[in-house]
Amino acid sequence: MNRKIVGIALIAIALLALPLVLTQVGTAWVRIANLAILFVFLSLGLNIVVGMAGLLDLGYIAFYAVGAYVYALLASPHFNLHLPFWVILPIGALVACVAGAVLGAPTLRLRGDYLAIVTLGFGEIVRIFMNNLSSPFNITNGPKGITRIDGLSVGSVNFSATDTLFGLSITGPAKYYYVLLLLLLLVIVVNLRLQKSRIGRAWVAIREDEVAAKAAGINTRNVKLLAFAMGASFGGVAGGMFAAMQGFVSPESFILNESIMVLAMVVLGGMGNVWGVIAGALLLSFVPEFLRYSVEPLQMALFGRMLVEPEVLRMLVFGIALVLTMRFRPAGLWPESRHKREMGQKP
Amino acid sequence: MDIFLQQIINGLTTGSVYAIVALGYTMVYGVIQLINFAHGEVVMIGAMTAFTVIMAVVGLGLPLPPALIVLLGVLAAVPVCMAIGYTLERVAYRPLRHAPRLAPLITAIGMSIILQHLALLIWGRDPRAFPQIMENASFAIGGAAISTVQIAIILMSVVLMAGLTWFVYRTRFGIAIRATAEDVRVAALMGVDANRVIAATFVIGAGLGAIAGVMVGTYYGIAHYTMGFTLGLKAFSAAVLGGIGNLAGAMLGGIVLGLVEALGTGYIGDLTDLCRWPLVGGMLAERCEADGHAILFGSNYQDVFAFLVLILVLVFRPSGLLGERVSERA
Repeated sequence: MNRKIVGIALIAIALLALPLVLTQVGTAWVRIANLAILFVFLSLGLNIVVGMAGLLDLGYIAFYAVGAYVYALLASPHFNLHLPFWVILPIGALVACVAGAVLGAPTLRLRGDYLAIVTLGFGEIVRIFMNNLSSPFNITNGPKGITRIDGLSVGSVNFSATDTLFGLSITGPAKYYYVLLLLLLLVIVVNLRLQKSRIGRAWVAIREDEVAAKAAGINTRNVKLLAFAMGASFGGVAGGMFAAMQGFVSPESFILNESIMVLAMVVLGGMGNVWGVIAGALLLSFVPEFLRYSVEPLQMALFGRMLVEPEVLRMLVFGIALVLTMRFRPAGLWPESRHKREMGQKP
Repeated sequence: MDIFLQQIINGLTTGSVYAIVALGYTMVYGVIQLINFAHGEVVMIGAMTAFTVIMAVVGLGLPLPPALIVLLGVLAAVPVCMAIGYTLERVAYRPLRHAPRLAPLITAIGMSIILQHLALLIWGRDPRAFPQIMENASFAIGGAAISTVQIAIILMSVVLMAGLTWFVYRTRFGIAIRATAEDVRVAALMGVDANRVIAATFVIGAGLGAIAGVMVGTYYGIAHYTMGFTLGLKAFSAAVLGGIGNLAGAMLGGIVLGLVEALGTGYIGDLTDLCRWPLVGGMLAERCEADGHAILFGSNYQDVFAFLVLILVLVFRPSGLLGERVSERA
């Protein structure tokens, strides 16, 4: 017991010190860490849908986009609205949640593959609307996106500027890191509680055998819809944070590849297992960054020019990760024990 | 020019392409009740391969008739796509046939991402322009125009559809396919090699997809590594519209979807021009006088129609126009 407490304390200290260390290496790495946390956030949201309830959602990034645009529209000079973030984030979550429910309702009665393709289409439609809702009324500002979005601020503390605290200078990204870390902690607790709750068990029951779940008295349609809406609202909050952090959103950030990336994180880590998904998300967030910093110089040294762009390599890695995981470790690298049995993997 | 007739002609052309791609989805679905997610990418690779061969042949500068050059492109694309279709089945679907349904879907998504980015590596990020080898003559019919390429595409799809129907309903192997679609285990007991049949549906679907890829490439004049995604989504919608698993349904669904899309794209701009609606138009009077129009949804929403059709079909008639009832679990 004591060792456990010491372990947790060590991890906490490491996490708190991380941005200070990373700032020494370069602020870019703090930003990368922030994005990684956002992706952990997204993966946990998608994990509710894909991992727990077993519904394949291929357009998850659309809810992230909805959250980001809600934030951008309500806190930028675009409409000259500057609402505080604690008003916008819940609105973003709500809008994404409604979008999820509206999208899920017609498809959840059908087989899983339909849901997959409808969500795939939905992701694309949201992007088309983001790109084109600029005339005759300029709502999204089209492909140019929305700029100069307000950052987070609490009282007089502006999260985008550098502050000095106890002689330590804390940069904007580092401050966001702490906010994200706090939010993440909350999300993890919610997820762990959800997993053990009545609803969480109903989701797993549906994933394992829908007919049996129905026979056991679960209202499968409503419970599935709930999974969908809840996963979507997580995406909405993450999107809002993304908009606040970047100060800029455009349709380009919400393409299919991003959905696939989040899916790969969930699948590789272990569908249904909160810790596995976190590990998967961190792994797939950082590996491409290391690739970026190693592949480019390596290729320049070997061939004198770039043969494979890091971005292409990144997507290839995700594709291969999806295929290999499903083939050889279908329950993921860090599987949930009951999922392992379900996927026919030897314990 | 008669816009209505013109859009009908355009819709028939794209609709035939959708139908051919939809056949690939529906055949695979008929036998294993799974969506072949990577089918759109197969079509894209078909277009790209044909493009490469056509460029090479044109580069030789031989005095060949244009139709023959395109045919050479098709002849190269078909085996390449068939090989990819077979690989897909072996890598993504066969090993996971008894796994939970989610598993093959995820591997297929993985495969389609891999295929798409391999294509990006080979052919690059920029769209490739198909060489203008055919003098694309147009014929006037009733105030509209139909081009040689359009006629060729429509005729070609009719031939392909007829050929496939003959194959599935008149040959021994076709009987094996239908038996497997009915019930894999019983078919196996009757001596049908289910593995061969399933692999064959992937291969045939991919072959058809390759030809569809060449059609799209020659029709629009360009090929791009992302073209498979939208095309696949539309063709899938067509297959669902017709009733997935049903060959005639895929053909009908493709044509109907093509027409809906063409007419929708042709008229949506006019219909959603707010200046034409008295109530709203009055509020925008100043703007309407300045610009003459205030179009809410223009033709840039073209890709939305297929998705709308898909959602509407799933809500109101999930079995499609010609299909049987789709239950929650097979």
